Amino acid sequence: MISAHRLTKRFGEFAAVDAIDVEVRRGEAFGFLGPNGAGKSSTMRMIGCVSPPTDGSLRILGRDPATDGPAIRARLGVVPQRDTLDEELTVRENILVYGRYFGLSRAHVRAKADELLEFAQLTERANSVVEPLSGGMKRRLTIARSLVNDPELLLLDEPTTGLDPQARHVLWDRLFRLKRSGVTLVLTTHYMDEAEQLCDRLVVMDGGRIVAEGSPRELIALHSTREVLELRFAADDHAPYATKLTDLAERVEVLPDRLLLYTDDGDATAAAVQARGLEPLSVLARRSTLEDVFLHLTGRTLVD
Amino acid sequence: MATTTLAQPREGRMAGRAFAYWLANYRRVWRGSIISGFLGPLFFLLAMGFGLGTLVDGGGLGAPGYVEFIAPGILAAQAMQTAVGESTFPVMGALKWQRQYHAMLAAPLGIADLVLGHVAFVAMRIAITSVAFALVAVALGAITSWWVVGAVFAAILTGLAFTTPVFAFAARQDNDSGFNVLFRFIIMPMFLFSGTFFPVEQLPAGLEAVAMATPLWHGVELCRSLVMGTATVAGSLGHVAYLLLWVVGGLWLALASFRKRLVT
Repeated sequence: MISAHRLTKRFGEFAAVDAIDVEVRRGEAFGFLGPNGAGKSSTMRMIGCVSPPTDGSLRILGRDPATDGPAIRARLGVVPQRDTLDEELTVRENILVYGRYFGLSRAHVRAKADELLEFAQLTERANSVVEPLSGGMKRRLTIARSLVNDPELLLLDEPTTGLDPQARHVLWDRLFRLKRSGVTLVLTTHYMDEAEQLCDRLVVMDGGRIVAEGSPRELIALHSTREVLELRFAADDHAPYATKLTDLAERVEVLPDRLLLYTDDGDATAAAVQARGLEPLSVLARRSTLEDVFLHLTGRTLVD
Repeated sequence: MATTTLAQPREGRMAGRAFAYWLANYRRVWRGSIISGFLGPLFFLLAMGFGLGTLVDGGGLGAPGYVEFIAPGILAAQAMQTAVGESTFPVMGALKWQRQYHAMLAAPLGIADLVLGHVAFVAMRIAITSVAFALVAVALGAITSWWVVGAVFAAILTGLAFTTPVFAFAARQDNDSGFNVLFRFIIMPMFLFSGTFFPVEQLPAGLEAVAMATPLWHGVELCRSLVMGTATVAGSLGHVAYLLLWVVGGLWLALASFRKRLVT
């Protein structure tokens, strides 16, 4: 569906996307993960055929965006990072107008709108003006709208950023259904739980490059341990404790307020810690998550 | 930098789809916009024509009275006002606030479709306010010639001579503060000094030349000469050609500006 080789986007001297290779297959859900400024959105805009690549090759649905942009976009669904809804029109009118951009007949779009409103659980709000709707509803409408042309490939740029947990779960459920119905999903996110929930495969981007690639499970296996033991001590500085524990785990990470021990058996490691006479204030043994991988690969420094 | 541009085969053939959006948007507000669109010019006509005009001797103007002199001028000037109003904030909004252009670009539409579709809609808006004003002017007896039909087309052309350059201007603004400058220092002086209310021969020689270079003066002269029966074929074609130059040059600039702004 998407094939990129040494794909590059430069703005002046700055390389927002730096020679990445990506293959997305039909029917899968593929994720771009990364901190802000990693190059996710620039990549998505190139895939969406609205931003010409500076270098490298890119083929989408077997075509070249440089020459077939409109033809490719006719078969894409796009959910941009910032909603581009017309807030003064009603929910239904937004879908109708958008459908017309694809040259679909009025009758077809009207029928399609009913179906999409049902899918997005917006039927009851069909005739409300968009402006006062909640963030979750607007996001669902943006997704519903992006499906008006029955796209083969749906691009979602941070689909759930800024939504409350309920709204996110509703959206995830809808995206699952789309995937089951055969739509290829490509999404960016900086929520690890979202990536674990939705993505079959993903790449982690940092500074415009791909730093890791695989399924969530593979990435955890490759870049982290099975479990993580979190220890909190009654001290301002956790570093001295770390030196006493290095041999108990594959890797020990010192955070301002706690220690992370990367280990294959959290409970056994916790027992070993206590056997050394150390008494942490709190002990938490948990499974390794994509978040551990992500922070390990992209660092804990705040990116602005 | 070796940036390839996104080719747009048969550019502009989907402009109708963009036009359809603006039309759908207009359906909500058309009543209010028609009323406000010609009430302003109507007040000018009443105050200047029937008020101030009673103190003015129309004879020296080559018209039966002052109101007959300014009515075709206001027809052209209101077309300019409508054009500029529709080409500033709505364009900025579609670029930046509501971002409708971005939605269109995510669909198969290209830059030329966006621009041509929106310009076509603005042309329709100018046509509506021009027809409405012409009807009022005829009803009040300020315009009596059947050539008013030609003058309406001349007014639409005048409006378009502002629409495309202002599209280009708007696409190059980061925020709306530039619009105030445009309104106060370009549009308002043009409205007052480009022959709408008095012949430009009244201006000092240097300023007269400036006034005659504005598209509004050509629009005013064209409308006025048509309804007063003083038009010559050569003169009218000259005005039309000059206005078309602005339309086409502005369109070329607008396409370049939109491309620079949106295709990054």
